[in-house]
Amino acid sequence: MGLQMSVRGVNAWFGPVQALYDISIEIPANQVTAIIGPSGCGKSTFIRCLNRMHETIPGARVSGSVKIGNLDIYGDGTSPVQVRRRVGMVFQKPNPFPAMSIYDNVAAGLKLNGVRNRRILNEVVEHALHMAALWDEVKDQLTRRSGASLSGGQQQRLCIARALAVQPEVLLMDEPASALDPISTAKIEELIFELRSQYTIVIVTHNMQQAGRVADSTGFFLLGKLVEFDSTEKIFTTPSDKRTEDYITGRFG
Amino acid sequence: MHNNYLQKTFSWKRIIADRLATLGAISAALLVLAPLVAILVYLLIRGAGALNWAFLTHAPKPVGETGGGMGNAIVGSALILGISSLIGIPLGIGAGIYLSEYGHGRLSTLVRFIADVLNGVPSIVMGIAVYALVVVRQRHFSALAGGIALGIMMIPTITRATEEMLLMVPRSIREAALALGVAEWRSVIWVTLRTALPGVITGIMLAFARVAGETAPLLFTAFGNQFWTLRLNQPIAALPLQIYTYAISPFDEWHRQAWAGALVLIAIIMGTVLVVRLIAARGVMKGSA
Amino acid sequence: MSSILDRAKLFRPRTDSSRLFQAKAAPVVSFPKVRVTGAASSVADRVFRYAMVVCALSVLAIVALILVELVVESRLSLHAFGWKFFGSQVWDPVTGDFGALPFIYGTLVSSLVALVLAVPLAVGLAIYLTEMCPAWLRSPLAFTTDLLAAIPSVIYGLWAIFMLVPLLRRHIEPWLAASLGWTGLFEGAPYGVGMLAAGIILAIMVIPIISSITREVLIAVPRHQREAALALGATRWEMIRVGVLRNARAGIVGGIILGLGRALGETMAVTMVIGNRPEIARSLFAPGYTMASVIANEFTEATGDLYLSALVEIGLVLLILTLVVNALARVLVWSVTRGTPVSSHAQ
Repeated sequence: MGLQMSVRGVNAWFGPVQALYDISIEIPANQVTAIIGPSGCGKSTFIRCLNRMHETIPGARVSGSVKIGNLDIYGDGTSPVQVRRRVGMVFQKPNPFPAMSIYDNVAAGLKLNGVRNRRILNEVVEHALHMAALWDEVKDQLTRRSGASLSGGQQQRLCIARALAVQPEVLLMDEPASALDPISTAKIEELIFELRSQYTIVIVTHNMQQAGRVADSTGFFLLGKLVEFDSTEKIFTTPSDKRTEDYITGRFG
Repeated sequence: MHNNYLQKTFSWKRIIADRLATLGAISAALLVLAPLVAILVYLLIRGAGALNWAFLTHAPKPVGETGGGMGNAIVGSALILGISSLIGIPLGIGAGIYLSEYGHGRLSTLVRFIADVLNGVPSIVMGIAVYALVVVRQRHFSALAGGIALGIMMIPTITRATEEMLLMVPRSIREAALALGVAEWRSVIWVTLRTALPGVITGIMLAFARVAGETAPLLFTAFGNQFWTLRLNQPIAALPLQIYTYAISPFDEWHRQAWAGALVLIAIIMGTVLVVRLIAARGVMKGSA
Repeated sequence: MSSILDRAKLFRPRTDSSRLFQAKAAPVVSFPKVRVTGAASSVADRVFRYAMVVCALSVLAIVALILVELVVESRLSLHAFGWKFFGSQVWDPVTGDFGALPFIYGTLVSSLVALVLAVPLAVGLAIYLTEMCPAWLRSPLAFTTDLLAAIPSVIYGLWAIFMLVPLLRRHIEPWLAASLGWTGLFEGAPYGVGMLAAGIILAIMVIPIISSITREVLIAVPRHQREAALALGATRWEMIRVGVLRNARAGIVGGIILGLGRALGETMAVTMVIGNRPEIARSLFAPGYTMASVIANEFTEATGDLYLSALVEIGLVLLILTLVVNALARVLVWSVTRGTPVSSHAQ
């Protein structure tokens, strides 16, 4: 089951350049939260702060607190590796491991952390592929096909299965469908809608209709600041801030 | 018009120059190919004649007797190359991983430069150095010393290949591994290196092919041996060494065997190079995005 | 606010009836319990990183050790002879008087002969391959010249002894003496072995390197340079001369110097055909001796510490010479191709 995430006063820098200014959000559990905004507004940077991926960039820095349930992921003594097992991520461009089969891709998170039991691995791989709605398409070729030989949409679902196999509580998705064709996009959106009963999902998207279709809550970012955060319905029908209104009516971005 | 007239005479000379240049280039190509063909053909003819099962399985007979072979030299080379691989491959890959994944400052520039320097050390000088460092301390020639010398020579090639292949693995793959909550060191080995593995293996095989034929570094490390031996701390025979000793000897029988040995050596090296080409032709990274 | 309401029409709350695809139900499954232990991974990370640093540092240590050992072992000779070492032609193990001049001479001359022979051929081959060769022939031909680079030195030497030397002795050298003897370069008895033989076999060994780098450098010349020359009405050769070679000059010179570096350090093939006589002579027919050869021949026989030390000092000189030459070559090649060439050519 998913957990709530509490973000308080998060700032982020790329070297000397500040990218996020004092972000505070309560991300509700077991719901889909969308982050929208124009290019360069900091949405990708923001979700990368939620699984401590931002700091892997040389010179990058984060301050503030982010809590999953009771755990402050930036607390002293909290290892980023542990955090990333609880907060999974799916990237914009599908990135399955090219040197591994489909099976190995899905099992990668577990195998690389020392899980050796064949039976458990088989079960987890099958479950994860079911949840990613990919099982039927690949069940005969799990070990014979490489992860990179699938179509774009299938690759992305493979990446989702891979992320789910580690059993995170939160799933971050950085424009997961923007590199895909419309049919694959629709399938991914279906998936997100289904998954929210089990996970807390945060999805970054530049496509407002997509946010409208899948998200329960939406946050609007502009120039590194959180402008407004509310239920999706309210954001799209009666936004409080004029800047939000300008964005969703297409006046800029 | 006098313009046309000028153009006519000029173009005649220019066309001749062009034809001559083409002829020159083609001749160059032929002249370069000629010795290669000559060597390979000569090798095949002279070598095949002396190559037989006894040659591959026997040690040399005393001077003046016919028969015997280079079996001990082939085995000796295998042993020396085994030792050199144990030294060269881990150090080479390790340095390559450092340069690609962890080195971003002056130290890595220095290491890269020094690896290049190491590559340029003449092989005979390497022999002197290992002699001074190992043979003198041990007070005898040894297979180990030979292996060390060749192992060191393998390092620069492997390091460069490893670094280049690792750098070609896209950042997105590394991020995917990190985002799964995999420790960085595991990700480097099991994801990044694994993706780059075909290219790295190519580098290793090229380094291997190069040192397999080296004689000079072995002259005063392994030193050579007329008998079968597998001991690490005694002089040992090696194929290129044996070929050299036989070639400069005054005995016809030994000359014959030198050709056979050369054929075996070339077969091993060419075989390795061909396998490398095949791997490269299949694509360095299987189905990379 | 009407525009917002219009916009709101695009927002459709998700219901079952609005689903486009019946995704094969992502069933609510429960995963098997998996205990994943994250052993103190930051410690493991640091250990691994240190291990990699150690590997990298070992490269530095090895080179340092090589230099140190060479210097230390040549101390005896350095003290005994000082700078005279480089001017003296005497090489007498019996009296313990050693001088490096014949070997320096032999190395330089044999390498020079090699370059004189190799450069036109290698550059010509490279030009043929990149500018003139039909496409179907390019790959096989390039592969074949790379094969030349893979042949070990001792096999070149073997072939040289039994095919090249007799050829020189019986046919080529007499012909050279007859037609070009007046130059003074081709006089004396045609032994077959000697400086000329060494130069020729070195040339063959060095051609693949020079050719390979020249090829890379020629390919790196941008297409528009060639097109510019052709557009002015140049013949193909003129286009090559003006549009390509001129631009690639520095790189080609770099490749030549790299070939020189290889020739300087080459040991086995040269030792087998140079005649091994520590004398300086004008004629190319005369036997000679190179730095690498004297070490190869006499190192294990050296009696006495001074003898050994003199040989090591020669090795030190050879090392420094080769390193300087190689560094110079790298700089030149880099300046044209903007980055160390990715190549498999043997060094």
